[in-house]
Amino acid sequence: MNFFALPQLSLRFIPIWRRNYMVWKKMAGPSILGHLADPVIYMLGLGYGLGGMLPQIGGLSYIAFLSAGTVCYSTMNSASFEALYSGFARMQEQRTWEAILNAPVTLDDVVLSEIVWAASKSLLSGIAVLLVIWMLGLSHSLLSLWIIPLSLLVGLCFASTGLIVTALAPGYEFFMYYFTLVITPMTLLCGVFFPIEELPPLLRAASAALPLTHAVNLARPLLNGAIPQHILADITVLLSYALAGYYVSLVLFRKRLSQ
Amino acid sequence: MNSVIRAEKIVKNYAGQRVVDNVSLEIARGECFGLLGPNGAGKTTTLRLLLGLISPDSGKIELLGEAIPEHARKARLSVGVVPQMDNLDPDFTVAENLLVYGRYFGMTDAAIEARMPELLEFASLTHKKDVKVPTLSGGMKRRLTLARALVNDPEVIFLDEPTTGLDPQARHLIWQRLRELTARGKTLVLTTHFMEEAERLCHRLAVMDNGRIISQGAPRKLIAENIEPEVVEVFGEQAENWAKTHAANHAERFEVSGESVFCYVMDAHDLLLELQNHPELRYMHRPANLEDVFLKLTGREMRE
Repeated sequence: MNFFALPQLSLRFIPIWRRNYMVWKKMAGPSILGHLADPVIYMLGLGYGLGGMLPQIGGLSYIAFLSAGTVCYSTMNSASFEALYSGFARMQEQRTWEAILNAPVTLDDVVLSEIVWAASKSLLSGIAVLLVIWMLGLSHSLLSLWIIPLSLLVGLCFASTGLIVTALAPGYEFFMYYFTLVITPMTLLCGVFFPIEELPPLLRAASAALPLTHAVNLARPLLNGAIPQHILADITVLLSYALAGYYVSLVLFRKRLSQ
Repeated sequence: MNSVIRAEKIVKNYAGQRVVDNVSLEIARGECFGLLGPNGAGKTTTLRLLLGLISPDSGKIELLGEAIPEHARKARLSVGVVPQMDNLDPDFTVAENLLVYGRYFGMTDAAIEARMPELLEFASLTHKKDVKVPTLSGGMKRRLTLARALVNDPEVIFLDEPTTGLDPQARHLIWQRLRELTARGKTLVLTTHFMEEAERLCHRLAVMDNGRIISQGAPRKLIAENIEPEVVEVFGEQAENWAKTHAANHAERFEVSGESVFCYVMDAHDLLLELQNHPELRYMHRPANLEDVFLKLTGREMRE
């Protein structure tokens, strides 16, 4: 078997996606509450608390500034947690993948289903945060509807990159490295809480390479009723991470599961 | 032979170790074929190779006329698998497990629903239809796994140690179901280390050890070819001493294992007369079975 073969796409990922959806439906209540509570607490706490002491940022109140960051890091977190913890449970602990792979389904389909499923969780999370933003009166533009497809794209990006970690993980403890060394710095460096212009040049350059920066670049103007400046570049970065993540994680899963 | 599985000289290495070593197999339609061997003999790896889940380092495999692993996905449309370890969906009920699994084969919900009563009946789980998996007993889970493997009405069913860990009642029910499947013309390929299971169910067997097939044939034939027809087991503290002085005179072959002596004989008459002189020894006279063949071929030492 050639581990490095390009993925063969098929529609067989759909029944696997439906399986995950069926499981999720049974616990939809707590899941939706989680998607809502976390961003609301952050936006209210930091937005009003911290925002009260801060001047406007680029003509935005701090809470409005923060809302775009919140959409992005919430969707990032949803996909990351799903791809790492739940993905690992399905691969290793519950042996769900093993059962599925005995059917006429390939690993390419299974990994694709994981990515699309985790991105669906991001989509849900993005919609939840958007509703909160609307309810708090922080966005009045129809352009804010573009947050919905953006959430899906951010989800695809972080699901695929997260699966690389899942493919390498010996156990759940391993995920702490990823969250501590990748996700947390990303949250702080990518313009979620403050503009990246505040960072020293070196960190700014690093920030430009991180996908979350490009998600925030798109989300902030859209919520504010403006068209983002570098749409094509930002989308290209997010899509590149998604495609590279799919390929690399698939290669790693092929190796891991051939043992 | 109308073969559904054909493997030619397949080899698989893991980390420089040969796990499957030049294995050739041909399995006919409607046959129940057993792969027998101690732990680590390469049985599960052989199954995974036949299913196209892993690729051989060399050799050729054909399953239902399809080249494996190249066209494994197509072949597996008509294959069912009962894995060694339970991998049912714990979040789902019995019926949901069947529904979700059928979808992986591209079946419509209506087609799966139509098969559901028959599958539940076969697994004796009709009354447990809406019960969640974690509350099922080990035997029920195994039956559900078997029913799940049948959801696509497969031609070939692979079973990896189908009764390991089950109590005798549960095991007999599984055996009965497997015989029903063979009676319906399904091809069964199973791995086991239970000799009784292999002897009862399998038309033909291959004994594996250290990745190689060391003997192949019908259970009766394997016994006839490999071992003397009668066995006298002699027990007691003096058994070993007795064996040293007497066993060789009356038995074609004998083996000492602790306080037991296994005497393999063409005709036990003389040996039994001799044992009348040793009231301190207990003994049991029985026909040779597959376990005797297995122990002769693979040795008595522990495999861990």
